[in-house]
Amino acid sequence: MAIDLKKNESITADTFLSGLWRENPVFVMLLGMCPVLAVSNSVINALAMGLATTFVLLASSGLVSLLRSFIPKQVRIASYIVIIATFVTIVDYVIQAISLDLYNQLGAFIQLIVANCMILGRAEAFASKQRLGKTLVNSLGQGAGFTFALLCLGSVRELLGNGTLLGIDLFGANFEPWVVMILPPGGFFVLGGWLLLFNWMRERKARKLRETEDAEVAHA
Amino acid sequence: MTPQQQIQRVPALPSSSRLIGTLGVIAMLSGFLVVLVYEYTRPFILENRREAIERAVFQVVPGATDHRDFVVNNEEIFPADSGRNGTLLYAAYNTAGELEGIAAGAAAQGYADTIQLLFGYEPDCECITGFSVLQMAETPGLGDRILTDEGFLSNFNDPGLDARLEPNRKELANPIVTVKHGTKEQPWEIDAVSGATVTSKAVGKALNNAAQELLPKLSPHLDELRRGEESQRHEIAGDANG
Amino acid sequence: MPDSLSFIFLNAFIINNFVLALFLGICPFLGVSGKLQTAWSMGLATALVMLISSVSAYVINSLLVEFGLEFLRLICYIAVIASAVQLVEMAMKKFSPTLFRALGIFLPLITTNCAILGLALFQTFNEYNFLQSVVYSLGAGAGFMLAIVLMAGLREKLELAEVPSISQGAAMSLMLAGILSLSFMGFAGLGG
Repeated sequence: MAIDLKKNESITADTFLSGLWRENPVFVMLLGMCPVLAVSNSVINALAMGLATTFVLLASSGLVSLLRSFIPKQVRIASYIVIIATFVTIVDYVIQAISLDLYNQLGAFIQLIVANCMILGRAEAFASKQRLGKTLVNSLGQGAGFTFALLCLGSVRELLGNGTLLGIDLFGANFEPWVVMILPPGGFFVLGGWLLLFNWMRERKARKLRETEDAEVAHA
Repeated sequence: MTPQQQIQRVPALPSSSRLIGTLGVIAMLSGFLVVLVYEYTRPFILENRREAIERAVFQVVPGATDHRDFVVNNEEIFPADSGRNGTLLYAAYNTAGELEGIAAGAAAQGYADTIQLLFGYEPDCECITGFSVLQMAETPGLGDRILTDEGFLSNFNDPGLDARLEPNRKELANPIVTVKHGTKEQPWEIDAVSGATVTSKAVGKALNNAAQELLPKLSPHLDELRRGEESQRHEIAGDANG
Repeated sequence: MPDSLSFIFLNAFIINNFVLALFLGICPFLGVSGKLQTAWSMGLATALVMLISSVSAYVINSLLVEFGLEFLRLICYIAVIASAVQLVEMAMKKFSPTLFRALGIFLPLITTNCAILGLALFQTFNEYNFLQSVVYSLGAGAGFMLAIVLMAGLREKLELAEVPSISQGAAMSLMLAGILSLSFMGFAGLGG
C-alpha cells in the first residue's frame, strides 16, 4: 500500500504532493467514488463538494491527530466516526446558511461525506499515527487531490453535457449538448475515460523507461 | 521527540470504564460543537428559507409585494403561526393592499425524484398563473426545460391554466391534465415539453392534486382574504376565538 | 400514487437504482464484483443490513423528532448503523456459522457503504412511515443485488476477452457500469 508509515517527522513537499498525484484518492486509490460520480455534473457542484470534503478531512484528521494518545485503540473506529459525523453536520448547516440553492443541488451527498471511506482511511492510516502539523499538510494534499479529481470530472461533464464551463457558454448556440454526460451514465464514462488516459500515460512512461534502459545496455 | 510521544498507547487492555469514558467525552465534544454551529447558523438558514419562499411567491404572483401566510382546513382559515393543522397557503398583496393572488405548494414524483412546486392562483379568473420549482432533481438540459421552455410557460399566460370549480364548489370542473406536446385543445390542459414528458406530466399531476385539495377549502374564505389587512386580521382572530 | 408500496419498491429497485442512478455503494460495486459467487453473497449481506438499519433508523428518527433533536440525526444514524452491523455479525457467528462463513467478511465493509446511510437519509427525507420504510429498504437491497450480480456476470465473461492493456481493471469496470446505467435509464419513465 502506498501509505507512508515511516517514523519520519519532517514535513516535506511530498507530504502534500503525494495526495495530489501519486496517491490521488480518486484516480489511484479509487476511494470516495460515490460523491465523485454523483455531484460532478457541473464545475460549481464539484468545487463545492471538493471544498466541503476537504474541510471535513482537515478538521477530523486534525482532531484525531490531537487526540491520538487519548483514544484507546479498541474504540478508535467508533470515535473517528463520531468525530467525522460531527464535522459533516457542521458543514451541512454552514452550506445551508450560505446558499440554499447550492444545498439543494448537492442534496444528500453532503451528509453522505460521512461514508466517504477516504476520510476514515486518512484518520486510521495517517492521522492516528502522526503529529498535527504533518497530518494537516497531508490531509490538505489529499483534499486538494480529491477536489482536483472532482474538477477533472466536473469540467468535462459540464463542457460536453451542457456546452458551458462555470455557467459561461463556450460553444455558442449551434452546439448540441451531449446530455448523457450530465446523466448518471456520463459519470461512469468520464471517470473511466480519465482512468484510461492515466493508464495510457503510465504505460507510455514505462515503455520509454524500458527503451532507454535497453539502449543503455546495448551501448555498454 | 519527547518520551511521551514515543509511548503512543497503553499496551494493556484499558478498563471498560475508560473506554466508555473516552466515547462519552468525544460524544460530548461533538454534541457541543454541533449545537454551537446549529445555534449560530439557524437564523441564517431560516432567513434563507424565508427569502426563497418570498422570491417564489412574488414570482408566481406577479405584482405582489407583500405576503401573509395562512393555513386552511375544511371549515376555517387561520394565520400560519397559529399552530393549527391544515393546508398552507400564501396570500399575496400588491402595494395598495389588494389581494393579487394565492400561492400554495404542490408536489409529485418526477423523472428523478419528487418535484416540489409553488403555484400561483388568481381568484378572479379562477386560473393558475404560474409556478416555481422549490426543489427538484430533474435532469439538467432535459427535465429542467419546464422552467425555460417558452411553449410550456405559455400554458400559464393569458389568461392562465383553467382551474374553475364545479358549481357545488367541491371539486375542479375539469381536472388539470398534461397532454402530449402540440395536442393542447382545452384551457385546462398542459402542453408538455417534448423530450421532457415525464417532468411535464409530474407538474400537471402536482397542480391537479394540489388544486383539488386546496381550492374547495379556500373558496369560502376568498372574500375574507380580499378585504384589507386590518379588518381581516381582526376577523380571523375573532374566528379563531369563537 | 408515489406513496403506494408497490411504487416505492419499484422506485428503489430499478427506477432510482441505488448504484446505477444514485451512485450509492460504488466501492463494493466495483470492488467485490469480480466473481458471481461473491457478488451474490455481498448483495445478500447488504440487503440484510439495509433492512436492519432501515428499521433502526426509523425508530431513532421517531425518537429524535419526539425530543426535537434533529440536528443529531446524522451522528446517531451512523453510530446506530455501525453497531447494528456489529450485532448482526456477532449474532450470525453464534447462531448460523454457515451463513457467517459466506457473508461474514463482507459485513465490516458494509458499515462504510454509503448505500446504507443513504437509505436511512432518503427514507427520512421522504417522510416514509414504518411500512413504507421497510418496503423501501427491501427494494433498495434488491436493486443493489441486481446491479452487483449483473456487473459480476459481465466481468466474468470479459475475463477471457482480449482488451487493450490500458483498459484493464477499474477503467473497464467503469465503462461497463456506464453502459449498465444507460440501460437502466430506460426504466425511468415508469414512475410518471
